[in-house]
Amino acid sequence: MSVETTTSPEVKKEPLFSKKNRKVLTDPLDDINPVTVQILGVCSALAVTTQIKPAIIMALGVTVVTAFSNLIIALIRDSIPGRIRMIVQLVIVALLVTIVDQLLKAYMFDVSKKLSVFVGLIITNCIVMGRLEAYAMSQKPWPSFLDGIGNGLGYGMILVVVAIIRELFGSGSLLGYKVVPQWLYDAGYSNNGLMMLPPAALFIIGIFIWIQRSRNRKLINAS
Amino acid sequence: MEHLLNLLIKSIFVENVIFAFFLGMCSYLAVSKKVKTAFGLGVAVIFVMVLTTPLNYLILAYMLQEGALAWIHPSLATVDLTFLGFILFISTIAGAVQLVEMVVEKFAPSLYNALGIFLPLITVNCSILGASLFMQEREYNFAETAVFSVGAGTGFFLAIVLLAAIRERLQYSKIPEPLQGLGIAMIITGLMGMAFLSFSGIQL
Repeated sequence: MSVETTTSPEVKKEPLFSKKNRKVLTDPLDDINPVTVQILGVCSALAVTTQIKPAIIMALGVTVVTAFSNLIIALIRDSIPGRIRMIVQLVIVALLVTIVDQLLKAYMFDVSKKLSVFVGLIITNCIVMGRLEAYAMSQKPWPSFLDGIGNGLGYGMILVVVAIIRELFGSGSLLGYKVVPQWLYDAGYSNNGLMMLPPAALFIIGIFIWIQRSRNRKLINAS
Repeated sequence: MEHLLNLLIKSIFVENVIFAFFLGMCSYLAVSKKVKTAFGLGVAVIFVMVLTTPLNYLILAYMLQEGALAWIHPSLATVDLTFLGFILFISTIAGAVQLVEMVVEKFAPSLYNALGIFLPLITVNCSILGASLFMQEREYNFAETAVFSVGAGTGFFLAIVLLAAIRERLQYSKIPEPLQGLGIAMIITGLMGMAFLSFSGIQL
């Protein structure tokens, strides 16, 4: 424990956005993307993506929760007994999620209704727990915080891309505005109803993984 | 009675936790390479789900809801603690899982060896917490909650064993290299989801 306290002054000497820290922030966007490479947090990535707005809100919520839970756990990591660390982590995450949920209910009631149980399910979102276990339990607070933001954004990116595809082809709109012109409908085009149904999200992510792994072949045996 | 049976069928097939809500996808994808392990995880999920969802119902009904504390003192009838739901639900689940693990280890070592590694995983399985939250959102009563938890657990069991069986067969087929593993598992799940869509609208 005392070893940790002696190393903490070094953090201050290191610039806040050193090359290493930047890498921590940007790696999760592609090479170790939480959804498509680490297979974490798939549950909600699929369920809230029928429209763009809930997807963005959900991505923000997950980013905030991951970043701050990483920060808190990294701060108290030396005083958590190993046997009960799971429960300690869950309580901290549940606390943050409760705050996010109450804020959403107060300021964005309609979105909160649409997300329904999936806000609560951020608690068991594997990204949050996975990053706590794999990163925050063994790293300093600031890199942990960046790691949380990076992973939240990597998750959000997938969410928004899937949501754009589903909303565009499923209901012909983006963020609620009609973008598919009326003459196209008159010419016989119609919205693809399958896009609004759950299986479509699975196909899109499956194809996403396919494209990413063809481009970046070293990921092929990742899982 | 008919209403409960209907709910059971609905929660297993029509609103399957995996195919309709994607709950518990992480362990569903990670532990579905062999039928045997998938079977173990499925049984463990049913077990924990049936134990914790009714328990959480009792917590919700007698501690959290507005007016639920009236049994202590009438002046507490206006207290609404619903916002504490997440913390209490997840603590109940984590505690119950820990307890089950210890009891099973002591009294049924063979079962422990079969389920052992899966039990801790289940704490963070979205489907368990999801069942509790759906119970709260849909305002089930106790009987409905019990039936729903059996149905949701069975639905997960069915889905994971089916996927594991298909993935075992897939080892002999030629899939493009970048699509192997996770990619094809997603697409198969989507196809299975489409098959399960045909159950929609079934009423007893």
